[in-house]
Amino acid sequence: MNEVLLSVEGLTKAYPGVVANDAVSFQIAPGEVHALLGENGAGKSTLVKMIYGLVRPDAGRMTFGGAAFEPTTPHAARAAGVAMVFQHFSLFEALNVAENVALGMESPPPQRQLARRIRQVSETYGLPLDPDRLVGDLSAGERQRVEIIRCLLQDPKLLIMDEPTSVLTPQEVGILFETLRKLQAEGTAILYISHKLEEIKTLCDGATILRLGKVVGECNPREESARSMAEMMVGQELHTPSREAKEPGEVVLDLAALSVASSNPFGTSLRNVHLEVRSGEILGVGGVAGNGQDEMLAALSGETSAPPDAIKLCGQDIGHLGPNARRRLGLLAAPEERLGHAAAPDMSLTENALLTGAIREQLTGGGFLHWPKARDFAGRIIEAFDVRTPGPENAARSLSGGNLQKFVIGREILQRPACLVVNQPTWGVDASAAAAIRQALMDLAAEGAAVVVISQDLDELMEISDRFAALNEGRLSAPRPAQGLTVEEIGMMLGGAHDMEVAHVEA
Amino acid sequence: MIRLDKRPQPSRLWAAVTPLVAVVLTMLAGGALFAFLGKNPVEAIRTIFWDPVFGEFAWYYRGQLLVKAGPLILIAIGLSLGFRAGIWNIGAEGQYIVGAICGAGVGLAFYPAEGWYIFPLMVIAGALGGFVWAMIPAILKTRFNTNEILVSLLLVYVAEQLLASMSLGLLRNPEGAGFPGSRNLKQYEAASNPELFAGTGMHWGVVAAFLAVILAYVLLNRHMLGFQIRLTGQSPRAARFAGVRPNLLIVVCLGASGALAGLAGLFEVSGPAGQISIDFNSGYGFTAIIVAFLGRLHPVGILLAGLLLALTFIGGEAAQANMQLPASAIQAFQGMLLFFLLAVDVLANYRFRLKKREAA
Repeated sequence: MNEVLLSVEGLTKAYPGVVANDAVSFQIAPGEVHALLGENGAGKSTLVKMIYGLVRPDAGRMTFGGAAFEPTTPHAARAAGVAMVFQHFSLFEALNVAENVALGMESPPPQRQLARRIRQVSETYGLPLDPDRLVGDLSAGERQRVEIIRCLLQDPKLLIMDEPTSVLTPQEVGILFETLRKLQAEGTAILYISHKLEEIKTLCDGATILRLGKVVGECNPREESARSMAEMMVGQELHTPSREAKEPGEVVLDLAALSVASSNPFGTSLRNVHLEVRSGEILGVGGVAGNGQDEMLAALSGETSAPPDAIKLCGQDIGHLGPNARRRLGLLAAPEERLGHAAAPDMSLTENALLTGAIREQLTGGGFLHWPKARDFAGRIIEAFDVRTPGPENAARSLSGGNLQKFVIGREILQRPACLVVNQPTWGVDASAAAAIRQALMDLAAEGAAVVVISQDLDELMEISDRFAALNEGRLSAPRPAQGLTVEEIGMMLGGAHDMEVAHVEA
Repeated sequence: MIRLDKRPQPSRLWAAVTPLVAVVLTMLAGGALFAFLGKNPVEAIRTIFWDPVFGEFAWYYRGQLLVKAGPLILIAIGLSLGFRAGIWNIGAEGQYIVGAICGAGVGLAFYPAEGWYIFPLMVIAGALGGFVWAMIPAILKTRFNTNEILVSLLLVYVAEQLLASMSLGLLRNPEGAGFPGSRNLKQYEAASNPELFAGTGMHWGVVAAFLAVILAYVLLNRHMLGFQIRLTGQSPRAARFAGVRPNLLIVVCLGASGALAGLAGLFEVSGPAGQISIDFNSGYGFTAIIVAFLGRLHPVGILLAGLLLALTFIGGEAAQANMQLPASAIQAFQGMLLFFLLAVDVLANYRFRLKKREAA
């Protein structure tokens, strides 16, 4: 591969207080699938934004197809043959597929012609998509196909994909990878951003690893282990969470026919959820985003109420109780959204420690607050969970995502819950903080707590769960032992929990 | 290009300094306005800010200062609790009127009996009147999710009609030769709220205002309820997660602000105003909204803001009388003060950066 399509040399971009990219150089050949690897904040997004013309570099130069390449707008980048599929879609739900595609084009052809081309492209590349369907009715995977086809209609020479698999089921990932391989065979280069190392091993020919804005290494992912790549990303040896296997104890949390209407008109209502979680056990709840995860957390934390006997904690009916009454009994929760839900952004860490800790840590007396005790509790969280901050008087929003997440999870764990429910515990968290959080959850279970981990990260769930269940359209599949589950079985559970339930009833 | 960068956390220094910066900016811009009107700007600013406290006739103005600041502070403290939680009681003026009517009504019902218990009963009735008036938007909001801003505001006009009806009908002075308005409570010792120390303007309403400042400070900084109020205002979702019951908080905040506004009305009708009359209310309930925000919704800030606004009222009147400044110029001056205070507030959360423009 001596031919070079895109060459990046010494690209530098500084923001106030942080150098996002520091003299970054790498090359992509035509038909190469090149991975950009790095933790959150390593500078991957800034780098691709410069290539796509969204951000201008402070220094350095790029060539594309042999010519100097200095895109000042995404329009210029597209004209040169660079296309990008963003992590977050920009689609109108009330329009159909063809109309959405037309909106992204410079000079769209008539609808009928465009629909024909969309069918053609979707057949050629194995991306099943009906141009007449409303985007509002499509799944996340199908919506992503709309974005990809929109890019492919421009015949790009380089396709940038930012975390494309984070919203997909394993089966959909398989379809996507087939498409990418076809594109590759036709000579289209792909710049693939992800932190899922197994995917990168199967898909990519080369990888550039970024850490703190600098290139710290290049490798051929096929010759590396996931672990060695992770260690290059983090820059230190990675500690894999582990614990002793233990027989689960008594049933702590028991959900019986829990149905809760979503408070959000676009949310997913929980339907007839059955679940038992035992002491010392971690139950993993997988599922694609928006299938009832937030509603499940709210129903368990007490933010939405349920019939009393739909939720039992250690045999006691608690469905009707509010968050504080449940805390008193030992059911604690950590929501997905750190800023604004699990923590108040503008309040200090001391005040945020008080937010959920007031009852179990006895931080109040007769309604009056014990500030020294609250400060002390915040200090204990900061110390025990290695939260990097100058002190508990700092505002929650001044912490990085990973540090705030450690604080939020630590706050609940230090209160010695009988049952802890967490949603997306390592979302947007760097690898070392994620490992620390997983280890803490496993230690908590080893000490006898029942733990429910709701997550979209299947690797995470397989790593720490004893049993695995999937949420699909508000229904929960029957939990199965996590050990020995194959990717196909998990995919079936994620995509078909509903069908399986029907079959079960008929049988 | 000048850019605003959000600070990682609010600057304490700037939060404390910005009100002073705003006052200085107001003096500069106001001075320019007065100079443009052909008046001596230094003298005008001195008449407004200096003379009422230290000038030749300060013995008169100083008393007026507390009389005007007392109800403003009392009402603003109540409003600030709700405002902190994102509950917008705009109808303090109506609660003030109803509190005055209820309190005065109880006092007049006892006329001409004498007894130590009459005034305390009036105080309770005044607070209850304001509380009940505020419960109308509170219950409509918790039951039917109506907008408390609209309901509380419209109830002001209902209260004004009620006030007119009372001063022409039920509470009209039977010995008043048919003029509208109730008996003068100043002349009925058991029901009057006199000046406690001659020349200071200090009456029970001012004492209540100072007490409210202290209680609100303790509530917000040391009590769980105050913590829940602040949390609800900053992030409602986090508040729900922390176990705050939103409907209870709505009732508590609207009830407290209504009761304090009712108290302010009672102390005013039994003290400085003396009687229920058609035009008894003078806009304290609306001005208190400005006082609450000038004081950054902080109890001590509200205390200072109430005094400052009272000062500009009194000084403004003096400037109108002594320097023939038009009333609209004084109002513009007061508007500038609010404008600058809110404008420089941005410095507490943001900092300026000079920066070259960047491709989007």
